Parts: sequence; C-alpha cells; structure tokens
Amino acid sequence: MSVGVGVNLENLWIRFGDFVAVRNANVNINGGDFFSFLGPSGCGKTTILRAVSGFLDPSEGRVLIGGNDMAGIGPNKRPTALIFQNLALFPLMKVWENITFSMEVKGASTAERRKRADELLDMIALEGQGDKLPSELSGGQKQRVAIARALCAEPDVLLLDEPLSALDLKLRQHMRTELREIQQRVGITFIYITHDQGEALTMSDNVAVMRAGVIDQIGTGHEVYDRPATPFVASFVGENNVFRGKVHEISGTQALLETNRTGLLRAEITPAAIGKLNVGDDAMMFVRPEALAPVGATVPEDKTVIPATVLNEEFEGNSYSVFLEGAGGKEIKMSLPNLGQDPEASKGSELSLTYDARNAVVMPAGELASE
Amino acid sequence: MKSSFIGRVALVAYLVIFFGYLLGPLFVMSMTAFNSSAFPSISPWACYTYEWFDVLFKDERILNGIRNSVIIGIGTVILSVSMGLAAALVLTQVWPKFRSTYYTIIIAPILIPGVVLGISTLVFWDRVSNFLGPSTEAFLHNGIFLTVLGQSTFIASYAMLVFVARLQRFDPGLTEAALDLGATHTQAFRKILLPFMRPAIASAAVLAFLASFENYNTTTFTFGNYPTLTIELAQKVRYGINPSISALAFIIVMLTIFAALANEAYRRNKQRNEDARLKGVPRKAGRVLPSFLTGNPAAIIFVLLSFVVITMFWTAQSYDPGECKARVLAEKQALAAERIEALRQQRFQQRLEAAHSGVDIFGRSTVDPTVTEAPAAPESNGAFGGVFAPTNLNSTAPAAEPESNPGGAFGGVFAPTNLQGTDGN
Repeated sequence: MSVGVGVNLENLWIRFGDFVAVRNANVNINGGDFFSFLGPSGCGKTTILRAVSGFLDPSEGRVLIGGNDMAGIGPNKRPTALIFQNLALFPLMKVWENITFSMEVKGASTAERRKRADELLDMIALEGQGDKLPSELSGGQKQRVAIARALCAEPDVLLLDEPLSALDLKLRQHMRTELREIQQRVGITFIYITHDQGEALTMSDNVAVMRAGVIDQIGTGHEVYDRPATPFVASFVGENNVFRGKVHEISGTQALLETNRTGLLRAEITPAAIGKLNVGDDAMMFVRPEALAPVGATVPEDKTVIPATVLNEEFEGNSYSVFLEGAGGKEIKMSLPNLGQDPEASKGSELSLTYDARNAVVMPAGELASE
Repeated sequence: MKSSFIGRVALVAYLVIFFGYLLGPLFVMSMTAFNSSAFPSISPWACYTYEWFDVLFKDERILNGIRNSVIIGIGTVILSVSMGLAAALVLTQVWPKFRSTYYTIIIAPILIPGVVLGISTLVFWDRVSNFLGPSTEAFLHNGIFLTVLGQSTFIASYAMLVFVARLQRFDPGLTEAALDLGATHTQAFRKILLPFMRPAIASAAVLAFLASFENYNTTTFTFGNYPTLTIELAQKVRYGINPSISALAFIIVMLTIFAALANEAYRRNKQRNEDARLKGVPRKAGRVLPSFLTGNPAAIIFVLLSFVVITMFWTAQSYDPGECKARVLAEKQALAAERIEALRQQRFQQRLEAAHSGVDIFGRSTVDPTVTEAPAAPESNGAFGGVFAPTNLNSTAPAAEPESNPGGAFGGVFAPTNLQGTDGN
C-alpha cells in the first residue's frame, strides 16, 4: 500500500463574527489514514472539513495537504474530494455522468469517461446501472455512486461529511465495512466526520473528539474509549457511569477517590491526567456499564464493592441493561451479556457490584457531554 | 342522496357558466371569422366563408404589426430572461440583511403602471440621446429599441419571479460539489445551475414573449415607426373593424390549442415511456392505435384537430360562397327596398296630414327626414348607433340610411360606410 498524502492543521482558528467555530486546532493526519472527527452536532467538525476542502478560509493558522500550504487555493484546485452529507449527486445527470464529472470538466472524451465509469461501477458493485438517474437508485446505491464520483477525481484526500447519517441501521453497518474496505484498497487518506461514535470506532485508525470547537483528544479508538482524556470524551464516547468526588490517595498510576455518595473507589489515572492530579482535587471517575458485574457470596479482597438495588431491567438482545440505585439515590447502569439465561438481577433485589480498578479511569473534574 | 344530486347539478351548472364566461367570447369571436357579414357577428348568419382570412393576409398593416411584435417579442425575451436570471442569482448571493430591500426594488416595476413606464422610458432615452449627441439619435429613438427596453423593465421582474421560485429548490451543495470535483465557476454554472434552470428559462421565455406580444400601454408611447400588432388593432378599431381580426384571433386561438395539446401529448408520452422503463416492460401498441396514441387523449385530440384544420385548408381552396352571398345581397336589397317604400308612404301620409292641418313654417321641421325616420327605423337609435343592425351591413343600402344615425355613442365609427373607406385604401 502506497503511503498517501498527509494533512496537517496548524493552530487553526475559524471565526464567524464573534462566534469561534474552531479554536486552535492542531492535528496531524498521516497519509493513508482513516481519520475521524467525532463530536456532537455544532461542535465545528464540518467547519474543519470545509476548511480542508477549501470552501472556508481559516481565520488564523494553516491547512497543509502533503506539506503544502493551501492558503489561497480554491476548492477546485485542491487534491481533495468531498462527499457531502446529502451526497449532492447531480439530479439531471445519469449515474455514469455523475461519476465522471471530474473528467468532463477536464475535457476527457466520452469514450474515456464511459470506460472509467464502468471500472468504477464495477468497483462499487453497480455494474450496468450507469444509465440510470440518481433518483432511480436506492439510498445505499446513491451512497456508493457518491463515493465513486469522488474517487474518480483521484483525490489524495477523501473527505466524508456524515455520509451515512441518512441511511437506515442495517445499511449503515454494511456501508461502514464497505467504506473501510474501499479505503484500504485505494490507500488514500480518508477524513471522516461523524457524530456517531460507533462509526468512528469501527472504521478509524485515529479519532479526534471535538467539543464546542476544541479538540479534546486525538487517539486510536481504543485509547479514546478506554483512556478518555477528559470527562467530555468519557461521557460522549460510549456509555459511562460517573462518580464525582475528591482524590483521597494516589498510588502509582492509580488513585483512590472519596466519592460523594458511594464511598472510596479505586481507579486508574487516565494517561492525559498523570501528574496533574493531586490529593484533595475535585475529580471524576468513570466506569463502563460492561465493566461492572454482580459479585457472588464471597467478595474478593482487592476489589471495591458498590451496594445497589435493581430498579429496572431492559432486554437488548445481545445484553441486558440493568438500572440500579446505589447509596444516596446514585444512578448506576450495568450491562450483562445475554448468555441464554435470565440474569440474577430481578427487580427490587439487592446486589453488590464490583469492577476491576484497571477498567475504570479517574481524571480532574470537568464538563460532561449533555445527554 | 337528493342533496348530493342537487350539489352535483349545481357544480355542473357552475362549471358550464364558468367555462362559458371564460371561453364563450373566444368561441363567438372565432365563429365570426367564418361569417360573410362585414361586421363581426354570428347572428344573423349570412354565409360561411373564408374570405376574411384572405383579407387578413392581404392587410399590410396587420402583417407588419405581427412582424414588429415578433421582433420586439424576441428582443424582450432575450433581454428580460437574462436580466431576470441575473437578478434572481444576485438575490441568492446578496447580503441577507439587504435581501428584502433588494427584492422590493426589483419587483417594483410590476407595481408601476405600464403607462408610466412607457413615458419614463421615452423621456429617459430622449435625455440620454440628447446628452450623447445627435449621432446616437437614430438608434436611441428607434421604436424597436425603446419598446424592447420599456417592456423589459417590468417583464424582467416577472421572469425573475419564475427564476426565484426555481432557485429556491436548488441545492447550493451541487455547485460546491462541482467545484470540489475540479470544475471552474463557469463550468459549475454552465453544467449544473443552467441545466437545472432550463425549465424555468423556457417558461420565463414563453411568459415574456406573451407579455410582450399583448402589451399595449407601455408600447403605445415607445413604438415610434414600428407599430406592434396590438397598436395596429387599436388603431383599426378607431377606424372600424371587420372580421379579419376575428380570423387573426381564430389563428392565435388555434396555435395556442395546438401548442398546449402538443406539450401535453409529449409530456404524457414521456411519462409513459418512463413508467414502462421502470417496470421493465416495453410499451405495447394498442389494437388499433400506434403506441404513441394509446392512453394519450391529448395526442388523439391533436391528431383529430389537425385533420379538421387540414380539411378546412383543403375546402378553402375550392369553396366559393359567391352564390350564397349573392342571395343574401338580393334579400337585403329587397328588404331595403321594402323599407324605403314604407318610408315614402309614411312621408306622403305626413305631408298630407300637414297640408290638411294648415301648419306651414313649423310643420316643415316635423317632416324633416331625419326626425320622421326615427320611429320608422328603431334599429338606428341603438346605443351603438345601429352598427349592429343587420341592414346596415348591406353595403349597397341607400345613402339616406347612414345620415339618420350621426348621434351614436361611437360617433358612427363602426358605420359601414366608414369601413368601406378604409378598405378602399
């Protein structure tokens, strides 16, 4: 696989009047990477994409593609291709004309374009559908035509703006795999924008999590999920139980937290917060629902125990979601795998929950993602 | 049950009245084109004739008016469609706070009376040519130039409304997509926006042409040496009209019907082809009709109507209403002679009575023909000065008749003798 063209954002600021859409973004995207910007709507991720594709000029800072500063270079001169959220297929052109539009504007002959269109239609498994109009295709087919159209331009960097958001669940899951396959086949850099953490985690080599114009964390899917850098990332990516409190004791990479309602809890200090956490600081501890488990009759010595009462139980197919109430009315969610038998967590029963301290993270207190 | 029946009857009655009101005048006018009587009428029906079409096609002024109207129409279409498109595009680009103000300014010419636009166009360009010197006069005082400009001031606004409606459905993302794929701004405009606007451009062009063709109040100030059809028709009315105008109306009505039917037939055919293609079954021809005509009433009516018109053309070559006209003329002459005779009898009676009563000087005025004639020929006292009276249409009527109605509402402009005067030119 050839090494693709990288994209660097250096001290990027984008302002609209008084509103700061992007605040000092510094991102290095390696050539050939599948890189995702993940964040809630309105966090500035689309703005970054438009700055990379050339539809927006940064207020400050630089956008470099393949090491070249893109300032003053229009969208039609950049080695990028953008797949729009609504796909923006040309409704009056046939599928093959859509796909080869980038060749048409360069003056390629019809025969050439036809040939290239057939190749790309083969690639996206739409052989023989070139003479249809986009309106005659299904959602997933349109999606693939949009990808083929962007790839036909032979971009160094492919930008995707939530392209799967309009599709139904099944198709979305299918397209995720397909996108990833296409990316690996063509070997160019993909920059993917999404608010769906599932998409970001399954497809990306690296993920940048954004909040209100600020990039909170850049890392692999594992890093972002298991070792979130901020409370926002911990609460936005996946589900988490949050316990607030003060740091009671620090021992190596772990800390003991004096929580407000649940007593002393032990957790791993997240890598981003090592050295920044002192005894007595306000802190937050996060433990995933799937990291929690009910203990049997005997409690292992080295594990923390959280007593709780089962409020409700929801069956979700592959798992059960158990909603519990801890001491002082603390809400706790636990996820148990569906192993073919009823979980021993019937409504009203009292349970003792435990977790492995290595699966929980603690970090300085901060803003959570809004529900 | 009963009320629904009454409702349905009322609905049908309403539709009949509505369509009668809408289409009745056109139908009656079309009919008058085939009546040989010299004034447009269908009652009394004299003779079926095509002669008014001959008169129409020999009328240099009408033909010249049509030619000018078409030239001005094309000019107006080109100018107002391009101005309207530009104005609509600017509306989408302009600073949002300024948008409603801009819209009001652009739409204002529609609200200004055409007369004002006409005068102001004339005055403005006159000033301009004064300013630029006499060398520009030939061009700036040209009727076609002025009329195109004057009409375009407000027709461009109509065109803009059409474009704005279409542009609202345009996804600006498409232009961005084109730019992103390497198109220049010109290419994005030509290959993406323009094809999208094509239906709107076509309808704006038709609208502009029709608005230009029928315009009178702006044109009346600007036409100079190039009178349009509407101007010619208005002037003709002043000197008296004949059914050749009905013939022209008939031709225009037929052209409209044919255009509408052709458009509808084409649309239906396309739709059916599309349906067939999506279902994957080829279209079947009916048992009798070819596939283009099956399930396409517009196409069937189009073909039938074409046959009717071709038949009319064909019969027009050989048909000669001369015999009928001669008969009608004879009838009229007989009628006129009868009336003259009756009049003479009456006068003779009155003179006798006057002589008997012994009134001399004042009695003379009562026996004056213009006064005594009035009760004898009530048709001549109508609001229109008796122009609609069938006997008036007889061109060989006695010369005494027209003298009897100089006081009509239209000052006798419709009087047949006047008509003869203009026709003689």
